[in-house]
Order: sequence, then structure tokens, then C-alpha cells
Amino acid sequence: MSEIFEILLSANFWAASLRIATPLIFGVLGALVCERAGVLNLGIEGIFTAGAMAGWMAVWLGAGLWGGVMVAAIAGGFFGLIHAILTVPLGLSQHVSGIGVTLFATSLSYFIYRTALPDVSSPPRIEAFQPLDIPVLSDLPFLGTALFQQTSLTFLALLLVIVTAYVLYRTPLGLAIQAVGDNPSAVESQGLSVYGLRIGAIVAGSAIMALGGAFLTMSAFDAFFFGMVNGRGWICIALTVFASWRPGKALIGALLFGAFDAFQVRLQTEIGSFIPGQIFLMMPYVLSIIALVVVARRADYPRALLVPYFRGQR
Amino acid sequence: MIRLEPRGPVAVSRLIGVSFAAAIAAVVLAAIPMLFAGLSVFEAYGLMAKGAFGSLFAFTEMLTRATPLILTGLAAAVAFRAKLWNIGAEGQLYAGALAAVAVGTGMISAHPIVLVPAVVLAGALAGGLVMLGPTLLKTRLGVDEVVTTLLLNFVILLFVQMMLEGPMKDPMGMGWPQSEPILDEAALPKLMARMRIHWGLIIALVCALGVYFLLKRTVWGFEIRAVGENANAARHAGIPVTATFVRVGLISGALAGLAGVGEVAGLKGYLTADLSPGFGYSGIVVAMLAGLSPIGVVFAALFIASIFVGADSMSRATGVSNYLADLIVAMALLCVLVSGLFLRFKVHLVGRNARKEAGR
Repeated sequence: MSEIFEILLSANFWAASLRIATPLIFGVLGALVCERAGVLNLGIEGIFTAGAMAGWMAVWLGAGLWGGVMVAAIAGGFFGLIHAILTVPLGLSQHVSGIGVTLFATSLSYFIYRTALPDVSSPPRIEAFQPLDIPVLSDLPFLGTALFQQTSLTFLALLLVIVTAYVLYRTPLGLAIQAVGDNPSAVESQGLSVYGLRIGAIVAGSAIMALGGAFLTMSAFDAFFFGMVNGRGWICIALTVFASWRPGKALIGALLFGAFDAFQVRLQTEIGSFIPGQIFLMMPYVLSIIALVVVARRADYPRALLVPYFRGQR
Repeated sequence: MIRLEPRGPVAVSRLIGVSFAAAIAAVVLAAIPMLFAGLSVFEAYGLMAKGAFGSLFAFTEMLTRATPLILTGLAAAVAFRAKLWNIGAEGQLYAGALAAVAVGTGMISAHPIVLVPAVVLAGALAGGLVMLGPTLLKTRLGVDEVVTTLLLNFVILLFVQMMLEGPMKDPMGMGWPQSEPILDEAALPKLMARMRIHWGLIIALVCALGVYFLLKRTVWGFEIRAVGENANAARHAGIPVTATFVRVGLISGALAGLAGVGEVAGLKGYLTADLSPGFGYSGIVVAMLAGLSPIGVVFAALFIASIFVGADSMSRATGVSNYLADLIVAMALLCVLVSGLFLRFKVHLVGRNARKEAGR
């Protein structure tokens, strides 16, 4: 027991939780923007991969770190646009289109990476984002380590939570996005474009998702690996339901998830080899399934989620 | 602008036409990444065709690669017919392979006439049971099966790794995480001497006929199609919707499990954690390319398999990454989605003037 308390009381543990949560915060925010507008985006896993690869490659080619972030967002937006065109004006199955975008974005990223770097044995590294050293705040006892020694991308994620919440709840645009996911024909009757709102939301949401991927190659690691996204996108889809499509709850869900993941890694080193390592590695996926099951009954899905909208048709 | 006008029932010829159009579109679009990689497009396709059809060996390799794709394609097709979105064929494949290894490496010793069917059934059962969980979560608790089946893929692969590093590790495997080899009496026999093609192909073809018969000629098949068309209407019409989902889930999972059996008991002979290069996900493409028709799945699987085998061979000759194959397959899925529109709708391009004339 005492080991458990020791873990929970260490500032490094909370710093790790926030670090693990960061890509998930981006992913859940992106997913909820799409779903609030009524479109499930299963392209997320591939968009993560594309963001990770494009961002890394831009930096590697000399675009600078923030240039890399921009490139990642644009790549995400591009794949989002494909999903948007297929699912909104063409009204195709959001499930299958999303899987298609994931396969396309993943294989395109891998192909470009392999073509640009045909025979490297170890992946080339970039100078990644370093933890910020904020005067005063970073030096605070405990809190300084736990909260303020993160990289800029983590702070960007936290900022995006606030921005997304503000836009969604406090601006006409946000209210229109919510309405288009609940009752598109009412939006149409207000003279707003259902297609425009949905396409815009998917592109913006996908750009945000891609930043989660960029965090992996530009902050958590400093190189691109095959299979590095490893289901994080799917976990975000589960967490979005868990967060009831609310940015604030998305942050809490991602942090809880990050804390659990950081905890099990530390527990693993504490208890050592009694339990096979794979049991611990399974936990994020099992936890996501449990999170889904817990909220499934009372999940308040956007009412028009998965329902394509055709003008002049009910 | 585009205006879509729904069509009535679709003729088979049109269905086949759409699939062909999508396949050709994907192959044409693949010229872009080929040029990007500095390949001469015609030469590259020549090498691919030679790699997939150029010799008897190449042809049997292509059929060997198509075997699991037929089964995972059927798994997706039958589930998608009922709008049960089973994206977990990859995990079910591994579950089937694990069960086949568990039964086939000495748990029971018997004559091949008993042992081979036991291995096959164990694999199918394991795959079906893995899909039962997400199906019940969907029908009982309303949990979206897409996400649960996707997440389960990762859980099952880790479970397989755990077994291969633990209780099922081959003590003679030089420390590699692999299972003991399947007994000769438990292995699916080869179809031809000196080739890798095996009886899994026959099983896959029989399954395709079986699923065709199931969907076309049986009450269950009618119920599956009715649930897929409109689950609420089916419920009002007195169709047991929950039972239909459970049946479809079991059948779909079992088909994916059989793909794992074929790979491990027909091809590799032992289980490793890299048994499948994504056959479960490619199966979705196969099913969509086939328009969810079980017979179509066979032909779509042959197409996808020849892309994979051809690209491997082209990659060896030119040094260009064989991720090109995954890229072509992904593009085929997007192309078939778009061309599928022409099945369900008449697509009109509407200009501003045309709209004015229509009085809007």
C-alpha cells in the first residue's frame, strides 16, 4: 500500500499523467468537434499518424517546430476534408469512410516516410520541444514539477480546451455547430448551410486531432516510428463518449486516463515480474472499453450523429 | 452542386461494374505515389503483374494470400449486411489462430480425420466467442461495437504476445516468442507439392458458398438482411433483432477465426505475434469492394491479394516500399465508396441556371 501512496504523492507522477494525457486531449477535442456537428470521424487513428509523420518530417526538413505544428494541422485538415466530402454532401457511411480515411492516411504516411528515408536503420531524430522553464511557476515546490515543466504543446492543448469550450458555448458559430449535430433541418431553416458547418467542423476537428499526433513525434519522442499511434485514436473515440461531448469533461477524462496509465507503469516497476507486462499494456484499451460501458446507458449522443442530411428531405 | 436522386433495386451487372470501376480507379490513382517514388508506372505495374501471375509459383502465392482475405472479407460482409460494424476481424483472426495452436500442438492426439476438424472448429469457435462480447454489449447496453471491436484488437494481440512469451512458448524456439509447431496430424494439408497453397483455400471457398446460401436462401439470411435494412422496422415486423445480431456476430467472428486457423495450421505451422499483416482490416476493403456479396468477396480478395503479392515482388525488384500496396488498397476502399453512390443514386450535376429553371 505504501508504494501506492508514494506514487500518488510524487510530483513526477502527476507530470507524467499530464504528459500522457496531452495527445488524448487533442484527440478528444477534435473528435467532439466533429461529433457535435453530427459526424463520427473514425479517420482519427490515421489522422494521428499523418500528424505525427507530417509534423516530424517538416521539422526534419527545417521548417522549425511551430512550422511542423502548422504542417501537422494542415495534414489533419486535408484528411478531414476527404472524410467530410464523403460523409456530408455525399452522405456515405461514416463508419466505413472513417476506416477508409484511417487506412489511407496511415499507408500514405508510411509510404512517404519510407520513400523519403529508404534505408535508415534507426529513425533520424529532431530537436523536439523542450519542457518550458517558466520563471517562478516552474520553481514552485511540487506544483512546479507537476504542472509547469511541460512542453509548449501541452499548454496549447490546455488552451484549446478553453477555446473549444468558449467557441462551442458562447459564440453563434458554436451554437450553430451544436444545432447542426442535433437538428440539421432547423439550421437549414435559419438560412445557415448545414454542409458548410459540418464540413468546417470536421476539417477543424481533424486539424486538432493531428496535433495529438504531432505531440508524439515532436514532444513525447523526437522521431517517427511505425505503429507509434498504437490505438490512441480509438481510445479518444471512446473517451469522447465518456466525456459526454463536453470540452471540460474531455480534459478530466484524458487526465484520469493519463493518471491511470502513469500509475500502472509505475506499479509495474514496483511489483516487477509477478504479472506479465502485457497485462499492464492491455489496461488502456480495457479501461476505454469499461469507460464506454459505464456511460453507454446514459450517453446523450448528438441526436443527428451518423445521420446524413440531404437538402429538402426528412 | 450535386443532386442525388435515389434509385430503385440494383442490377447485378451494375454492381459488378461499380466494383470494377473502383478497382481500376485505385490502380490509376496509384500512379501518383509511384511517380513520387520515381518509378516508371508501366514498368512497375508490369513487375507487379509478373509478381502475382508470372509463374505457377507466383499464382499459387497469390491464392495463398487471398485465402485469409476471403475469410476476413466474408466476416466483414456478413456483419455489415446486418449493419453490425465488426471492425475486429484482426483480433478474431488471432483468437482463432491461438485456439488452433492450443488444440493442434499436442493437447489431444488423434487421427487427422478427427484432429484437423477439431483444430478448425476450435479456431472458428474462438473467433465467434471474441465477437460475442461486443455484440452482447451492443444489444444489451447499447455500447457502440465499432469502438469495442477496434480496441479488442489491441487487447487480443497483447494476449497472444503474453501467451507466446509465457505458457505457450516453444521451449525449442531458440528464445523467440513463438508457439510450438502444429502437429503434422493437425495441419491443413497442402494442395500442391512444393507450393505453399493449402486446404484453407478450399475452406474459404466453401464458406463463401455457405454465406451466399445463408443470405439468399434461409430464414436467418432474410432476417439478417431485414435487420440491416432497418432494425426498427424489422423489430415491428416480429423479427428477433437481438438474436439476429448475436447470430451474425458469431458467424462473422467465426469466419475471421477460420482465417487465423488457415494461416497457422495451413501456412506457417506455428504462431507468432506478426502472423497477420492486417488481414482483418484489409477484409473490410474486400467486403466493400465486393458490394458485400459473398461470391464477390472471392474475386475482390483475389484482386487485393494480387496487389499485395505483386507489390512485394515489385518492391524487391525496385527497392520502392511495399507500403504502396496498403496505399492502393486504402484508395480502393475510398474509390468504391464514391462509386457506390452511382448504385444507390442517380447523380445530377446541377448548375445555378438549372436550379432556377426548377423554380427553386
